[in-house]
Amino acid sequence: MSSPDKLIRMANQIAIFFHSQPGPDQAERVAAHLKDYWGPEMRADLKAKAKTQEDELDVLVRQALPLI
Amino acid sequence: MKDFIIPWGDDRDMGTPARDGAPVSLRIDGFEVTVPEGTSVMRAAAIAGIAVPKLCASDNLEAFGSCRLCVVEIEGRRGTPASCTTPVAAGMVVRTQSEQVQRIRKGVMELYISDHPLDCLTCSANGDCELQDMAGVVGLRDQRYTAPEGGIRTHFAARDTSGQANPEWLPKDDSNPYFTYDPAKCIVCNRCVRACEEVQGTFALTIEGRGFESRVSAGGVGDDFLASDCVSCGACVQACPTATLQEKSVIALGTPTRSVITTCAYCGVGCSFKAELNGDQLVRMTPYKHGAANRGHSCVKGRFAYGYATHADRILKPMIRERIEDPWQEVSWDEALAFAAARMRGIQARHGRKSVGVITSSRCTNEETYLVQKLTRAVFLNNNTDTCARVCHSPTGYGLGQTFGTSAGTQNFDSVAAADVVVVIGANPTDGHPVFASRLKKRLRAGAKLIVIDPRRIDLVKTAHVEAAHHLPLRPGTNVAVVTAMAHVIVTEGLFDEGFIRARCDWDEFAEYAEFVSDPRHSPELTEMLTGVPAEELRAAARLYATGGNGAIYYGLGVTEHSQGSTTVMAIANLAMLTGNIGREGVGVNPLRGQNNVQGSCDMGSFPHELPGYRHVKNPEVRAIFETAWGVEIDPEPGLRIPNMLDAAVSGQFKGLYCQGEDILQSDPDTRHVSAGLAAMDCVIVHDLFLNETANYAHVFLPGSTFLEKDGTFTNAERRINRVRKVMAPRNGYADWEITQLLANAMLEAEGRPLWRYTHAAQIMEEIAATTPGFAHVDYALLEEKGSVQWPCNDAAPEGTPIMHVDGFVRGRGRFIVTEYVATEERTGPRFPLLLTTGRILSQYNVGAQTRRTANTVWHAEDVLEIHPHDAEVRGVKAGDWVKLASRSGETSLRAHLTDRVSPGVVYTTFHHPTTQANVITTDHSDWATNCPEYKVTAVQVGLSNGPTEWQRDYEAQAAAARRILPAAE
Repeated sequence: MSSPDKLIRMANQIAIFFHSQPGPDQAERVAAHLKDYWGPEMRADLKAKAKTQEDELDVLVRQALPLI
Repeated sequence: MKDFIIPWGDDRDMGTPARDGAPVSLRIDGFEVTVPEGTSVMRAAAIAGIAVPKLCASDNLEAFGSCRLCVVEIEGRRGTPASCTTPVAAGMVVRTQSEQVQRIRKGVMELYISDHPLDCLTCSANGDCELQDMAGVVGLRDQRYTAPEGGIRTHFAARDTSGQANPEWLPKDDSNPYFTYDPAKCIVCNRCVRACEEVQGTFALTIEGRGFESRVSAGGVGDDFLASDCVSCGACVQACPTATLQEKSVIALGTPTRSVITTCAYCGVGCSFKAELNGDQLVRMTPYKHGAANRGHSCVKGRFAYGYATHADRILKPMIRERIEDPWQEVSWDEALAFAAARMRGIQARHGRKSVGVITSSRCTNEETYLVQKLTRAVFLNNNTDTCARVCHSPTGYGLGQTFGTSAGTQNFDSVAAADVVVVIGANPTDGHPVFASRLKKRLRAGAKLIVIDPRRIDLVKTAHVEAAHHLPLRPGTNVAVVTAMAHVIVTEGLFDEGFIRARCDWDEFAEYAEFVSDPRHSPELTEMLTGVPAEELRAAARLYATGGNGAIYYGLGVTEHSQGSTTVMAIANLAMLTGNIGREGVGVNPLRGQNNVQGSCDMGSFPHELPGYRHVKNPEVRAIFETAWGVEIDPEPGLRIPNMLDAAVSGQFKGLYCQGEDILQSDPDTRHVSAGLAAMDCVIVHDLFLNETANYAHVFLPGSTFLEKDGTFTNAERRINRVRKVMAPRNGYADWEITQLLANAMLEAEGRPLWRYTHAAQIMEEIAATTPGFAHVDYALLEEKGSVQWPCNDAAPEGTPIMHVDGFVRGRGRFIVTEYVATEERTGPRFPLLLTTGRILSQYNVGAQTRRTANTVWHAEDVLEIHPHDAEVRGVKAGDWVKLASRSGETSLRAHLTDRVSPGVVYTTFHHPTTQANVITTDHSDWATNCPEYKVTAVQVGLSNGPTEWQRDYEAQAAAARRILPAAE
């Protein structure tokens, strides 16, 4: 839906914030943020993009993907 | 005993300001009256219903005691003291009327009138002149001073009887576009000078000369009002008892005969005004003294800049066109609505339910905003609603929601009077929120300390009788590092309020946070290289905030409009919790809202992920409330935000938009991206007063009504719900909420669904109150009774909530959140070595659609680029040169203004004029949590240019073509 590079950049920005947060549930919190603020189409786009550009995604985004 | 109950709405001038103090009883003209200690005899008399004659006194100014008209007799005291400067005492016996005081007053008036023209019948203040009133009250029947040889000296006669020019006479100063200064009518009461000092805090006026030579003077020798420091707030005009300072509109139109109390439609201060009219012709707007946000003060925009409502550019008939390349065609309302509804339905049929959406506006009322988001959720059946708060205060919503549990400022504006240390971060109140700035400056003059955190040396840093204790001129984009470094100082130096934190916050979260901020990498010394803020200055500022008494933080878009906007809001909330500066008067965290109804538009469910009252659409119990009220099923998934809508439009999935009162093409970042998104849509419906920039890409134009033409409510930055009252009939035929209803019904009728049937804005508020817990007790009857209320207003707080989080945070325990600084991806480099930051100025408002269509352009006719002389010199730029401003997104050109208000390496401009289009330059970087655009940091280069860029010329040509209107078919 959005231009993919921008989506990846936005997802990575969210991951960077949650990297700094204490606790063991950082990936869950990235997933929760994506579910709360991104519509399903944007989340689907991100997942589709992850198939080919996984190496561009922050590790927390990769861990969050199955949860969204 | 007299009945002293004063009905709400009584706006008599009580003569001197109210005081707090122990009750004191005295007798005035035989009536016993009890007033607070420190009250003047004049005010005590006024409370007892007795108006003592006066000229130099006014209850918004400290007593001055110069006119001697208010003299009274007090038993046991010699002479006849002035009642304005004499405080009450227990057992005092006052006579306000006696042969002696009557004689004195008559003599005083006779002296005044000896140097005042007797042209009352043709005077512009006829019927609205205190001098005239007082001459009547004291029974002045004669003026006995006769001319000696050659005539007496006066200030008012242009020539003496022999035709010689009078050297004492001065012509009218009509340099200000909104009011005149006529020295001939001045009685030198000093009220204007005192209002400029005490109320506005600008100190632009003074009394020049002594005795008979005394004159009101703006600025220095040779200055007129326009050339002086005067900011045209109107306080002097309001204070003037005669026609000396007079609105030009009153001179032209006559004195008004009726008035309606309403709320200003400019900034988030939300001042109350009296709209004064003859028939349906607006004569003037005067600040309403019982307005709880403004307490009788105003700024140049609300007081004077209302002429846009009748500007020739205003569109009053609906228009449509097949393609945006076509000229507009004026049509009937029915035709326009049928066209719009058919297009939107067609798009949904072809591209799906989610292919259309709405944008609500912070310039519209709560009722209008509520209906627009209802339109998308209940008629379009998706959650694609967003609001301009996306691009200003969405990080406030996220940040304060996460830390405190609700998205709102914690205080009322009155609270600033109890602050001891005020921190202003990324805000420029004297330009953006002028009436609040005046109230702040009043407190600062009384001794409160000020800390300014801003890349620019804003006026507050050093202005008349105000100087910041600390100015931290940080590099744009380093807010998180600076605020976290302040927390580092407070934690490592043990200045935090442990009692508060243990009682009100989660101690374990605090412990984690304390460990995080204590890391030496957050120390001012190590962050100095990054932020540019001297470590010692930052340490001193942090210590002052933590230990200086009541600490209050006020912040603006310089905090939110960054890639870490939400993180900075959380960092600010952390600071307040650390120091216990939450939950009482004089403290708090206060977002200064840009537009009048930013708070309200957020409250009303404008965001795609939450229903009214900040409740996420994923919660079935919340959806159930609205599903019952609206009779539809609500989508449980969040919809698209403005930037997502535009992205989706460019890629072909988003095709239709209803945009009310908002000009996204000018106000949103990366103009080329916005125009590409708009151009890709099949139906853009713009609902506005003017053919704004967004309308260049619209297929349907629905003419809007001004704030003077409709009923509703605005919610200001203090959560204060204030009435907007219909002052006159809508010139376009319908109030805006009616237009949204007509559009909804055009869609619903075609689909055979039940129609909306609101007949008054009050019914919309009833629905809001029934569905939104924080508004449960709000209705128009309560607003009539109280004037205004601050939400939450419900069973727990039936009269509203002036200060939040008093006994506990809305979310329960306050939550400390770790705030790691992350540099923005927008970096300077060899091609773009300077950082551009943007803002606004006093006389213009937002995209300028309103203020550019008023005489306010005399103060700001074009956007200019502020650049430090060092940066200008190395580029060969001189003051006033045309320069090209280029970023990775685009380029534009404007004139250079050389100033050291900006640091070397930083340039600054405003975004009030579409021909400049500062947003061609800004990028699509945005806040990590909310996608609020990063307006405040763009890497740019500046170089000399010959004038407008090719882009600017193309833009103007496209805009001119897009604005062609064909006459209506007969």
